[in-house]
Amino acid sequence: MSAIMNKIKQIIEKLKKPSAASLGSLIIGGFVAGIIFWGGFNTAMEATNTETFCISCHEMEENVYQEYKSTIHYSNRSGVRATCPDCHVPKPWVHKIKRKIQASNELLHKALGSIDTPEKFEAKRLTLARHVWDAMKETDSRECRNCHDFQSMDYVAQQRRGRNSHIEGFDKGMTCIDCHKGIAHSLPAMYEVDPSAVTGNAGK
Amino acid sequence: MKKTILMGIVLAATWLLPAHAALQSERGDVALDAADEKAEPKKWQADRDPIPRDSVQQPPLIPHKIDGYVINLQSNKCLTCHSWANYKQAHATKVSQTHFSDRDGDAMSNISARRYFCTQCHVPQVDAKPLVENNFKPVQAIKN
Repeated sequence: MSAIMNKIKQIIEKLKKPSAASLGSLIIGGFVAGIIFWGGFNTAMEATNTETFCISCHEMEENVYQEYKSTIHYSNRSGVRATCPDCHVPKPWVHKIKRKIQASNELLHKALGSIDTPEKFEAKRLTLARHVWDAMKETDSRECRNCHDFQSMDYVAQQRRGRNSHIEGFDKGMTCIDCHKGIAHSLPAMYEVDPSAVTGNAGK
Repeated sequence: MKKTILMGIVLAATWLLPAHAALQSERGDVALDAADEKAEPKKWQADRDPIPRDSVQQPPLIPHKIDGYVINLQSNKCLTCHSWANYKQAHATKVSQTHFSDRDGDAMSNISARRYFCTQCHVPQVDAKPLVENNFKPVQAIKN
């Protein structure tokens, strides 16, 4: 026991003393180490920012990914795709880190198995959808606007319904998610959101 | 004897007639084992004014694209514009009042389940040439 304590004391003593290495080598060494660690950190984070990573969990692969495959963000005329992180992870660094920290909660629920069957997922769909809708509303649909900039929209090239709705909506200060819900995934049961768009009186 | 002769004549006639010409399919005069001429994919027509009806009870046609519109137990994309709650804001045609009664004729507070699946009756249009000639004219009463 005392041997270990001695060793620790030795290390502390060593750290207290000024280094024998030159300042120059420390700076260069620190610089190189910084590049490696920062680069490594970013590479690791970017690795979690891919569709392959997202659908490595069966919860994502079997539910939301399958629904998304029949939508325009997966399959379209020109073959341009928006993958999971394009819509669900912010591009600006600070917001990205914030979202990544929030994602630790998702890891917890992965471990708890909160949505590990289609039935459990369906039961939670409205709650989960609301999280995304609220986030989008809060940021003025920032992730949509990474590609869809309304300043660049050519209303003449749009069809009549879209043109009218866009002009009217932007005038009222509305944001993408106000209308464009369920464009990449199945909608939850909409009884609470718009009861007129569902049949029957279930959920009341 | 007469019957046999008649039968003979009928059989001879069927054998002599060019049967394949009489049975030309709508897919053209192409042998069954041959590849059909490749059909050009049809495109949905762009947004436009309501399309006039051709018969009195005809469900109105959909004058816009409905790609990706989902109608299921969870939600009905059509009703987000065409329901009575939403039609004014969306500048859309509202669902007919007939859609609120069930099969016993009882009025309901929401779209009846039997009228919920819009695309069972209402369909969008492509600019396709009719396969057969058609001289149908709508009755005078609903002519524009």
